[in-house]
Amino acid sequence: MKTNYPLFQLMNERGEKIQEGTYGQMEKERAKRFYEQMMRARLFDRQAIHLQRQGRLGTYVPYEGQEAAQVGSLTALDKQDWIFPSYREHGGLIATGAKMESVLLYWGGHPVGSIPDERRKVFAPAIPIATQIPQAAGVAWASKLQEKEEVTIVYFGDGATSEGDFHEGMNFASVYQVPLVLFNQNNGYAISVPITKQMNSETIAQKAVAYDMPSVRVDGNDVFAVYEVTKRAVEHARSGQGPMLIEAVTWRKGAHTTADDPAKYREPHEGEAFVDPVERLTLYLKQEGWWDEEWAATIEREVLEEIERAIDEVERYPKPDASVLFDHVYATLPSSLERQKRQFIERGGRA
Amino acid sequence: MKQMTMIQALQQAMDGLLQSDGGVVILGEDVGKNGGVFRATDHLQEKYGEQRVIDTPLAESGIIATATGLALNGMKPLAEIQFLGFIYPAYDQMMTHVSRIRSRTLSKYTVPLVIRAPYGGGVRAPEIHSDSTEALFTHMPGLKVVVPSTPYDAKGLLIAAMQDPDPVLFLEPIRSYRSTRGEVPEEMYEVPLGEPALRREGDDVTLIGWGAMMPILLEAAERLSEEAIQCEVIDVRTLYPFEPELIIQSVKKTSRAVVVHEAQLTSGFGAEISSQIQEEAFLYLRSPVARVASYDVPYPFFAMEQDYLPSVDKVMQAVRETMTY
Repeated sequence: MKTNYPLFQLMNERGEKIQEGTYGQMEKERAKRFYEQMMRARLFDRQAIHLQRQGRLGTYVPYEGQEAAQVGSLTALDKQDWIFPSYREHGGLIATGAKMESVLLYWGGHPVGSIPDERRKVFAPAIPIATQIPQAAGVAWASKLQEKEEVTIVYFGDGATSEGDFHEGMNFASVYQVPLVLFNQNNGYAISVPITKQMNSETIAQKAVAYDMPSVRVDGNDVFAVYEVTKRAVEHARSGQGPMLIEAVTWRKGAHTTADDPAKYREPHEGEAFVDPVERLTLYLKQEGWWDEEWAATIEREVLEEIERAIDEVERYPKPDASVLFDHVYATLPSSLERQKRQFIERGGRA
Repeated sequence: MKQMTMIQALQQAMDGLLQSDGGVVILGEDVGKNGGVFRATDHLQEKYGEQRVIDTPLAESGIIATATGLALNGMKPLAEIQFLGFIYPAYDQMMTHVSRIRSRTLSKYTVPLVIRAPYGGGVRAPEIHSDSTEALFTHMPGLKVVVPSTPYDAKGLLIAAMQDPDPVLFLEPIRSYRSTRGEVPEEMYEVPLGEPALRREGDDVTLIGWGAMMPILLEAAERLSEEAIQCEVIDVRTLYPFEPELIIQSVKKTSRAVVVHEAQLTSGFGAEISSQIQEEAFLYLRSPVARVASYDVPYPFFAMEQDYLPSVDKVMQAVRETMTY
C-alpha cells in the first residue's frame, strides 16, 4: 500500500529542492515568511513548557517537530474558511495570527482562552479524540447547503483514525460530498502507542479508498509540500468536488503533554530519520543563498519579547468570575442556576 | 378544533417548521422516503425535498455530530434518533460537545439543535427499544430535556424547542404516539419550555410524572377520587433544567407527594424531585415522598414488561400508603 501512497515532497531531507511548488511557495519572500511563522510557533512552545515546569501554566500540549505540518496547512486556507483543531494545533494557530495571550490563558485554565480568535472561524480545540471530525463534516455540509464559498479543515492525529467518529465523519463527508479537508498529522505515537499497534494498515491515506475519497500522503516536515497538497485539497473542496484526506507524516519530538515522559515508551534513536522541519527549512534557505544570521536573530529576539509581553499580560489577568461560570450555560439563566449563582457569590466566589 | 394523535401533532409541527423557516432541516435514519419508523415525518420529504428531509447513514454519533456542525454554521437542524435506546453512540457528542459548546466558548458558539427521540416501553417492542433513560441526560448542563404527554403539548413544545437558542433533547413517549388524542390547533403555537403543567387539582396528595406516565396518573387520580382521595396531578414537561416551584407549591398545599416514572428507581429523575421536595417543603410533609418506578434491572423482555412498569394499581397503592402513613 505504501507504494500506492508515495510520500509527496518538494524538498528532500537535506533541504534541497526536488521540484517547484505550484503556488510560488518556494520563492524567497514566502519561504522566509514560513521560517518566521515556524519559529514563532517553536519559540512559543519552548517557553510554554518552561512556564509549565515553573508551575505558571497547567498541563500543556507541546508540538515541537510538527510546525511545518501545521503552518503549511493553515496558511493554505482563505479568510472565510473554518478550522477545527484538535488540542495540538495552537502552534500553527499562533503562527498564523492567534493571540499568544489567548493560548496561554487556555492552558492556564481560563475559559476566555477557548474563545476563538475574532478574525477567523476557528472552533475551540477538541479534547476528546476524533469528535471534531463529524462536527466539521456538518459545518462543511452547512456551507454546501447554504451555497457558501467556505471550506472546512479538520485536524486529528494518528490515534484518532481508530475512533468511530473518524469513520462516521469520513462517511458523512463522502456521502454528502462536502467541502472538507481532513488533515491528519501522523506523528507516530498516540501517547505511548506506536502507529504499528494502532492499525494494521501501512498508511492512513489508504483509509480514504473505502469512502471513495481522494487522499495524499505528504512529508509533514516539508512545509512547501504540505502547503502544496493542502492548497490543492482546499481548491478541490471549494470547487465542489468533495472532501479529501491528507496524511502528513511527521514526528512528535517531545512528550504527548507535559505530564508525559516518552522515555518510558520510546527508544532514544526513534525518530532520527525525521529531519526537524525548522532545520530543514534553514538548510533550504542557506542553499538558496537567502539565509541571513542577523535576520534570524532579529526574529528570535522579537518573538521572545512578544512572548514575554504575553506572559506578563496573562499573569495580570483577573480571575474568572461568577458570570463566566453561570451565564453561558444557557442563553437565559434558569431560575435553578440563578439560585446557585447567588450561593456561589455568598460563599465567597468572585461576583 | 381538530382532534389528532400525538404523532399527527408532531408531523404537523414539523411540516409547519419546514414551511416557515428555510434553514430547518430534518435528518435521521429512515426519516425521508419512509417517513420515519413511526411515520412522524411522513410525506415531508415528498413535500420539501431531499435537501430538507434527509435520510442519513446509520450512525447516531455521526447524525448528532453533523447536526451540531449544521447548527454551528447557520442551519436549524432537527435530528431524529430512531429510539432513545440507540442514542448511546451519540452520548459522547452530547456530553462532551453539544451541551458544553456555549459555556466553553462563552457564548461565541452556540448549538440551536433539537434531537427527537421516541422513548419508553409498554408496546411489546424488541430489546433496547423500550429504554426510558432520560435521567442520563439530566446531568448535562447546557442541554434541555423536554417530554410532552399530550398532542397539544407535543406540537407546541416542539415548536418552542426549535425556537430555543440552546440544544434540546425532545423525548416522545412511544406508548402515547397513537393512544393519546386531543385538540390541536392548525396554526403554529408555542408551549414554553421550563414550565410544568397542572393537569388536575386536588388537596390530598400531589402526583408527579411526565410522558407516558401521565395517562396512568390521571386514571389513578380519577379512581382514587371514588375513595375520597383528591389528587393534584403535575406534568413536569421540562425535566432539565428543572424548575421545581409549581411542585413545591402544590406539596405545601397537599403535604404529600408521589413521584412516578417508568425508568428504574435508583438514580431516576424521581430521586431529584423527591430530594428537592424535602429540601423546600420539609415542614409541610405528612409522609415521606413516595416513588413508583421500575425495578433496578435492565428493561426486561416484553413478556414481563407489564409487571415491570408502573401501573394504575401500583400508583393507587402508593397513594393509599402515603395517605395512611
